[in-house]
Amino acid sequence: MSMDLVVLLYLIASVCFIQSLKGLSHPTTSLRGNAFGVAGMTIAVVTTAALIVSLAGSITGLGWVLLGMVIGGGAGAIMAKRVEMTRMPELVAFMHSMIGLAAVFIAIAAVAEPHAFEIAARGELIPPGNRLELFLGAAIGAITFSGSVIAFGKLSGKYKFRLFQGAPVSFRGQHGLNLVFGLLLLGLGGMFVVSQSWPAFLGMLALAFVLGVLLIIPIGGGDMPVVVSMLNSYSGWAAAGIGFSLHNPLLIIAGSLVGSSGAILSYIMCKAMNRSFFSVILGGFGGEASAAASGDGVQRSVRSGSADDAAFVLGNAETVIIVPGYGLAVARAQHAVKELALKLTGKGVNVKYAIHPVAGRMPGHMNVLLAEAEVPYDQVFEMDEVNADFPQADVAIVLGANDVVNPAALQKGSPIYGMPILDAYKARTVIVNKRSMAAGYAGLDNDLFYMDKTMMVFGDAKKVVEDMVKAVE
Amino acid sequence: MDVSPTLINLTIFVLAIYVGYHVVWNVTPALHTPLMAVTNAISAIVIIGAMLAAALTETVLGRTMGVLAVALAAVNVFGGFLVTRRMLEMFRKRDRKEKDDKVTVHS
Repeated sequence: MSMDLVVLLYLIASVCFIQSLKGLSHPTTSLRGNAFGVAGMTIAVVTTAALIVSLAGSITGLGWVLLGMVIGGGAGAIMAKRVEMTRMPELVAFMHSMIGLAAVFIAIAAVAEPHAFEIAARGELIPPGNRLELFLGAAIGAITFSGSVIAFGKLSGKYKFRLFQGAPVSFRGQHGLNLVFGLLLLGLGGMFVVSQSWPAFLGMLALAFVLGVLLIIPIGGGDMPVVVSMLNSYSGWAAAGIGFSLHNPLLIIAGSLVGSSGAILSYIMCKAMNRSFFSVILGGFGGEASAAASGDGVQRSVRSGSADDAAFVLGNAETVIIVPGYGLAVARAQHAVKELALKLTGKGVNVKYAIHPVAGRMPGHMNVLLAEAEVPYDQVFEMDEVNADFPQADVAIVLGANDVVNPAALQKGSPIYGMPILDAYKARTVIVNKRSMAAGYAGLDNDLFYMDKTMMVFGDAKKVVEDMVKAVE
Repeated sequence: MDVSPTLINLTIFVLAIYVGYHVVWNVTPALHTPLMAVTNAISAIVIIGAMLAAALTETVLGRTMGVLAVALAAVNVFGGFLVTRRMLEMFRKRDRKEKDDKVTVHS
């Protein structure tokens, strides 16, 4: 098999990957997009298998490939089938860690036997340029791996292990330590580039693993959407780095696509939380800072009502906007909400869903959770599309959301000042379901709850919404 | 006139980032979670490097690293595309159902 043909087929695979992302511009074309992705991957794998056979002159090597593929592919397929949609962020974080570690293993194999990848003749040293690329690919891969493991732990939230706690872990001199580790990492990397020494390479890897942990532990649970996006980006750069060292254009193209995708998602998430990328990275948000912000000590009264009261208000409305938050997903109330929306629509009420970009625990998470409950996507609107509709809405019903509807974001001096919010407070009547008066991630009190036009319905979201469904007749 | 392969790679790299940037901004926010899952699968393209390592190396170290890397990347190839399809089908299911509902109303 000629190398020209291989590169040509890799080009076709690259185009398939671009098409696959392009397909996601609309739900109707998205499945075709995914099929393009599968096609691209199949072309790439089959081409590589053919290349291996022609290089080695036998198919025995492919047995090892098949062994890995069956084990890994089987595990992946089972996970994809079983995972609950609420646990999607954990699965994604887990998958990032797989890419990171795979990149590290490939780099180790390349340093051990560069001739197998045709980056150096048998018995000769790797050219310095390739060493630099191997160092970068391996370091980014290692940071991606250990960082994603920590992110996975924080997202799953059930571990007693201290590094996995949701609250940020911070200590004095943390940033200084990270800087020292980063510089040491570069130093050892430089040594490897100059001398191709194993100890430098392995030391560099060890440092990168530690650095990945250190970088993610200070970041609080509330910032997880940014972290997951960021690690998504890193996993792409790691793939591109390996592509550079193996002189493989397909790896470079696919890696860059993923890298820029993750970077854009991180940017969108930061913007939605009004946080600068650097303040997220430096961490410490979403933890102990909360206590000070909420405690002005004044007991304010709220108007609370029953599910029946809320159902009565909803039944008499013409337009209703539902604002779902993560609390809704935790209570598994999506199906009940869809039932409520169906019933209201049946009575001639115009129902819309309003989604804040950080409503879930990763970008677009809430949309998937609603899709799972078979909510039609033409009823679901993004923040920018729906905010102008709140002043005309008779009722805004806020289910398990808090910070994303907090009008404090409009007041100068508030810790969340400038964060874009859903203008639920502009609706004629606001119904808020919460389990208690506890503050949200930002730890702030929410003025929306104390407004005269707001009715608080306390209780588990699923139970409350189900009661509303029963009461709307 | 020889151009260093690194520069050619850099050219590909920069242009691919540019393409990625424009394509990803066009992805509808509603599909950002599937986007992340499918990019997971796409970055598992490192599997082709892993395949070379698993099949063409001769030492125990090289081969072990290769087989492990193939397995890890394969988790993402299969897991990533399958979970993306599972999610996207949820978006489509509603579409079809709605159409079915309309049909029953007419009949």
